[in-house]
Parts: sequence; C-alpha cells; structure tokens
Amino acid sequence: MGARFRPGDRVRVVAARPAISVGRAHIRTPHYVRGQDGMVAEVMGPFRNPEGLATGGDGLPMQVLYRVRFPQAQLWQGYEGPAKDTLEVEIYEHWLEPIHAA
Amino acid sequence: MPHDGHDHDHGHDHDHAPPPDDPSFSSDQAIAARALRLLLEEAGILAPGEVARQIDRMDGIQPSMGAAVVARAWADPAFHDRLIATPVAACSELGVDLQGTHLHVVENTASVHNVIVCTLCSCYPKMLLGIPPDWYKSYEYRSRAVIEPRAVLAEFGVAVPEEIEVRVHDSTADLRYLVLPARPAGTEGWSEEKLAAIVTRDAMIGTAIPSA
Repeated sequence: MGARFRPGDRVRVVAARPAISVGRAHIRTPHYVRGQDGMVAEVMGPFRNPEGLATGGDGLPMQVLYRVRFPQAQLWQGYEGPAKDTLEVEIYEHWLEPIHAA
Repeated sequence: MPHDGHDHDHGHDHDHAPPPDDPSFSSDQAIAARALRLLLEEAGILAPGEVARQIDRMDGIQPSMGAAVVARAWADPAFHDRLIATPVAACSELGVDLQGTHLHVVENTASVHNVIVCTLCSCYPKMLLGIPPDWYKSYEYRSRAVIEPRAVLAEFGVAVPEEIEVRVHDSTADLRYLVLPARPAGTEGWSEEKLAAIVTRDAMIGTAIPSA
C-alpha cells in the first residue's frame, strides 16, 4: 500500500481526544503529541491498526506506520536542554495530516 | 487452588501464610492468573504446560544476546550495515529468532545519543534482551524520560554534552528498539567476546555508555 507521506514531510498529529471506555478504541498515539507539528523521520510500512486489534477485530485496513520527530522544546514548556534535542514517536497514518506551506 | 481444603468462607483479606515452598500462590493476582490459565486450558485455547514453557523460554533470553549482536556490529562493518538496514535478518545470522518482533536499531554517534522509553506501557525488545528492568516500567521513568531526558540520563550517570542531540524514542506501537552504542576508545583489537562483555543491558536502552 502506498504511503501518504515521505521522510522530511511536515505533518501534524490529529488533535482528537476521543473518550476511551470498555469496547472503545485502544489508541497508541500519546496525548502529548496530539495537535503537535513534526517531521516524518522514516516510513516503517503498513501494520494492522491496533485500534481494531485491541477490541478483537482484524485491524484492517492496515495503516502505514511512521516515525515522526518533534523538537523537545516545542513539546514541553521550559524544556531544559539544547534546541537540537528531539523526540520520536510511532504514529499511524490516520493520525497524521499534512501541513501545507503558508 | 490454594484455598482448596479450607472449609470456611472468606472473601476478605487474611494473613494465611502461603506455603513457604510455593511462592506462586502468594498473591490474589497469582490465584486469578492460575484460574484463568486453567479455564483457557479447559477451553483448549492453551495447551497444558504452554505457559510454563513460555516462561522458561523468556527466562532463557538474556541481555547477553543483544550484547553479542552489538559486539558483532562493532567488529564487522558489513554486519553493522545489515543490522541497521535489516535488523531482523541480521539478528538471525547470530541465531537470534526475534519471533515476529519488528526490531528497529538506532545508533549512537558523535552527534546523537538515543534513549528508549515506552510512555504508554512497557514496550521492550523482549525477544532480544529478555524481561525489562522494573525501572523501565515505572511511572517515573516513563514520564520523566520524555520530559527531562537529560536529567534522567544524569541520574544514570550519563552526562550528554550540549553539542550532542538527545533523541528520545517513545516506543508506543509496533516497533521495538535497540540502541547500538558507540564503540568506546581503547577497544581496538578486542575479540567479539571481550567486546560483548562491556555491552550492558542499559547501554542497549540508552541509559548507559559502554567503556573499555
């Protein structure tokens, strides 16, 4: 399956915060990166969607998984460390949207 | 069940000592786990002994397996490149079967220091390094490693200079991470066996730096 994004692409993590309860989706996107802008570090290929697998489903359609890189200083107010420090998180494609140049 | 033979009701906490030679029965969680296992065996979902065999297998996986992989990568530049490009196939060259784990190798260099955490639970390359240390699963490590990695690293005794980027990997989905540490100076000419001996579990998580 084709990947929507390529390494180096600027992306925004979807800011959704759906309520989680029994029988509802099991989401692997950490809250602290939702709504944050990052850059695709690497495209890791298609994987079954854990939001379906966790509730007994087949996890299909598959979702392309990306490693997305964020500057630490952007994620945490008052981050103590140089501006070059980064954090990478695995994000499935349906949690990413493109950032178009202004 | 440990309560078989008791003829009194008690749905309450009590201080009956567990059999001293059988710690597996010492907690309510252990009792619940055993009941679940028996039900799964009865339903034919688990084969008898399957859980015990799996535990034995996990206990047999030690960080030394990862250390052997790292040592080979230090000693053999072609293997190093294969480990970065196709980690699962490279590990299998050393007889390491990752059991379907999607291993991803991140390399410490002169400009980047990598450190691994799983903020959502405790994702860890168990098929390469075995059971993770308790601190790896603690709330404190899982929260602080992303928010203030340099302070956490300092507590592990790792001072990362300001000119080196600290790159935290939050292992939240399908990948499992191995940090490939930098080969320390003073190890020129060492055998793979001698090299492997200085590669600690923590060095492969990124919370330690090997030294000669």
